[in-house]
Amino acid sequence: MAVPTTTSPTPEPVPGGGAGPATPGAPLLEVRDLRVRFTGRDRAVTAVDEVSFTVSPGQNVGLVGESGSGKSVTSMAVMGLLPRRGVEVSGQILFDGEDLLLADRKRLDRLRGREVAMVFQDPMTSLNPVVPVGTQIGEVLQRHFGMRRKERRERAAELLAKVGIPDPRRRLDDHPHQLSGGMRQRVLIAIALACEPRLLIADEPTTALDVTIQAQVLDVLAELVDEAGAALLLITHDLGVVAGVCDEVNVMYAGRIVEQAPRRPLFRSPAHPYTGGLLASIPRLDTPRGRPLTPIPGSPTQTVPWTDACAFSPRCAHADDTCRTTSPRLEHADGRGLRCFHPLTTPAALTKEL
Amino acid sequence: MSIPIPPAGPSTTPGASVALDDKDLEGGLSLWQGAFRRLRRSPTAWCGAVIVALFVVVAAAAPLLTSYQPGSTQWAGDVTTTEIPGPSADHWLGLDRYGSDLWTQLVYGARQSLLYGVISTVLGLAVGATLGALAGGFGAVGGRFGTVVDATIMRLVDIMLAVPSLLLAVSIAAMLGQSGTAVVIAIGAAQVPVFARLLRGSMLAQGKADYVLAANALGLRRSRIVMSHMLPNSMGPTIVQATLNLATAIIEVAALSYLGLGAPDPAIAEWGRMLVAAQDRFDDAARLAILPGVAIAITALGFTLFGEALRESLDPRTRR
Amino acid sequence: MTAPTAPETGDALLRVRGLKVHYPLRGRGGRGRAVKAVDGVDLDVPAGSTLGIVGESGCGKSTLGRAILRLAPVTEGTVEFDGTDLASLRGEELRRHRRDLQMVFQDPLASLNPRQSVETILSEPLRAHGLPASTERVAALLEQVGLPRSAARKYPHEFSGGQRQRIGIARAVALEPRLVIADEPVSALDVSIQAQVLNLLEDLQEALGLAYLVIAHDLAVVRHVSDEVAVMYLGGVVEQAASDDLYDLPLHPYTRGLMSAVPVPDPDVEDGRRRLLLQGDLPSPADPPSGCRFHTRCPFRQETRCDTDRPELRLVDVTGAGAGHRVACHFAEDIEAGRITPHEVTPEEAAGEPTDPAPDPVGAAG
Repeated sequence: MAVPTTTSPTPEPVPGGGAGPATPGAPLLEVRDLRVRFTGRDRAVTAVDEVSFTVSPGQNVGLVGESGSGKSVTSMAVMGLLPRRGVEVSGQILFDGEDLLLADRKRLDRLRGREVAMVFQDPMTSLNPVVPVGTQIGEVLQRHFGMRRKERRERAAELLAKVGIPDPRRRLDDHPHQLSGGMRQRVLIAIALACEPRLLIADEPTTALDVTIQAQVLDVLAELVDEAGAALLLITHDLGVVAGVCDEVNVMYAGRIVEQAPRRPLFRSPAHPYTGGLLASIPRLDTPRGRPLTPIPGSPTQTVPWTDACAFSPRCAHADDTCRTTSPRLEHADGRGLRCFHPLTTPAALTKEL
Repeated sequence: MSIPIPPAGPSTTPGASVALDDKDLEGGLSLWQGAFRRLRRSPTAWCGAVIVALFVVVAAAAPLLTSYQPGSTQWAGDVTTTEIPGPSADHWLGLDRYGSDLWTQLVYGARQSLLYGVISTVLGLAVGATLGALAGGFGAVGGRFGTVVDATIMRLVDIMLAVPSLLLAVSIAAMLGQSGTAVVIAIGAAQVPVFARLLRGSMLAQGKADYVLAANALGLRRSRIVMSHMLPNSMGPTIVQATLNLATAIIEVAALSYLGLGAPDPAIAEWGRMLVAAQDRFDDAARLAILPGVAIAITALGFTLFGEALRESLDPRTRR
Repeated sequence: MTAPTAPETGDALLRVRGLKVHYPLRGRGGRGRAVKAVDGVDLDVPAGSTLGIVGESGCGKSTLGRAILRLAPVTEGTVEFDGTDLASLRGEELRRHRRDLQMVFQDPLASLNPRQSVETILSEPLRAHGLPASTERVAALLEQVGLPRSAARKYPHEFSGGQRQRIGIARAVALEPRLVIADEPVSALDVSIQAQVLNLLEDLQEALGLAYLVIAHDLAVVRHVSDEVAVMYLGGVVEQAASDDLYDLPLHPYTRGLMSAVPVPDPDVEDGRRRLLLQGDLPSPADPPSGCRFHTRCPFRQETRCDTDRPELRLVDVTGAGAGHRVACHFAEDIEAGRITPHEVTPEEAAGEPTDPAPDPVGAAG
């Protein structure tokens, strides 16, 4: 990993970012056929189903969806953070070839924070309110690198400086409540980066932040991923953020991926009516006033089960009887995946257009 | 971050229209109705309700459950300094130290405990909730006048709260003399601060809610905002507390009797006094203490279980 | 909708002048100090038009909206609505005037009384103002916002987020107000729902001739719905212009920074943009910077004036700027002409003097 020029030697050799055991081009994270079911007292609910995607070193991959789309459940499944009781997880989550679903708790604990790190939406609840932020970063450094106290402080200050926190040395002794929301989020990123993870999972990392702060935080994230050659899995509802940050985009609806594509083709010619509908329904800063918006009718809670229909069919203008009686499969062509009987554009037409 | 749980309830059938509303036919379920529905499905609520109902039935049907009169000491001759007759065919649970039938005493005791417990709690709730609603209502509306009313009421309540509840009860009982009324007033008075503070607190919290702001923006009258917006949304915790307080009240009735401040007529069976009477005969007739004790505990448990279930069903977070 | 606003004309439906909302600080060291949530704002909303207010959390935009409705205490200034100064009204007189100004809230669930049925929610304001509150009127209101009649029997928790916001809007228009203040009307809603609500607001404006004051943090939303946009920073308006003007020619450095930070769902646009990344956070409104409030974070800050004189909102002399384009920046013309170029602002500078940031003052959140 491109360790930032540090004077403090790390007692343990750090695996090189992206050049670890994985061969170049091989995915770092491969999710295959992930299925998460919540088995409640009265009924079972399938929150995520047939979800497959890959994240390669140096790649930014986005998971986009609205509430109830299963994007957060997917990220929690990858991190092994779902409760064991009442949840059934099946499929494979291969990290560097190792199935995380089969790994025991000890192994997961080692991986989490060391090789896979996570940044959550709410920085206040993710930080311990009674421990100074410097100590919280230090804890990670001690656990994974066994650094000494002095080294830890040194490194923690470097990390804070790296994520753009002014006067990092003095901030080390601050408690989370003394920092603003944006700074807290940056502290979380610093903690996530403390052990130079190979995969960073960011779940709505900027949703609670103002746009100018969001721009700063996204900037820091992108720069760090670039620099360290790590991979980023970004979970968000904001298509604008995805357009600026992600290389590959997975659009989720009601627990399944409905469209999978590199960002430029996706935004230039969305093929799934849901993706297209989303893009047509959000006001864009660069369109003149008065351009009418075309909303998607209904609400995201208005779905039918995927098992015998397209879950989006109740809200889809293109839906016909096939959509209401047959479950569409995710079909791949030209590096794009699509789960739809009546796409807005066909992949073949797309290739020509490009 | 939240785990989005996909939509509850039946989904639309295939081919359903894209109309906004897919649940036209059902619905119209208010929060209270919803809470009641959840309550009916809660095993804890059923446990509590069954226990409470059992004791109510026993108290109401006491004359049918025993052929003896309470407080009658007709078998006093059978009681000796060393032995109290145990269970027999005539006396299912044996006699007590005064020569009364223990089963009869227990059954009639349920009347006293429940009656005193319920009346005192209702009294405490009525006075406490009124004070709390006044303080909360005026406090939330604000202004100099509102703040003064709120502060005055709450200082009064603070003074009441500063006196330990049992001590308060003892002094009221001492003032009014030994009577059932004194017991009820004493226990009720001790509960007033609890209800007043609780209701005021939730009213002030509701006063900051968006819908109260909305009601203000709509130009509703202040009295209406307090009565039909803040108050109904603040009552939940207070009602739950009242149910839970019933349990404590029953124990306090027993405690006051135990301290000799209960109803003066020894002919009236009362669980607390039965406990007192039993204590110096604990070695040779432990059942005299254990049985009323168990009765008190089970009744209190019944109310507690029901109260807890009520709390859960009223809490919107448990809504499914 | 209607023609763009001509500010400073006398025909505005709502005229706000010198509005200040200061919350006195209590406790240690708070004596005599105050959180200046809104600190001298002038606004005009002509009848039937939309004024958008955009700014980040803590800039005072929500407090401004509430102060106009007299839901937050007005410290100083006038709120003239159709010739009446609302800020000076009290009691019953104020209550009766509330009919003309209504509000749509951010969180539709929190703003509806959970124990009232939709019927009660919609008829209660009608009764409070002595208007007929028939079943028919309720049904008509529901229809107006695209909900079925049967919704009247139901309770707020039985609806989806978008439907709840429709109920909130129906309640706001029930009294046939002339101005509706919408505070973040779509930010709590799912992305696919937002357009439904925005379109509904536009339809209602057309049908009922409403004037809107739309308060939001999302510049894209504000630009879409507003005739005129005011950008707020730390209690004051820093720039105000017609919606398209503001986008075409942002003149205040903060507007430029804000605009370049708003993500656009188009990779081609995103990759080609020149970003003006603002450093640092919003300073505390209890202790705002001297002079121009933005000077601590401003990449165009000059040695003179910026940290001493508070700039007035003034008309600028810049080619291409529309009539009525006003900016509160001493050097707007020089910046636009390229005579002043941006310089690096370090996070240290943006954070100001090394003092502990004051904890977020209660009630001053944007």
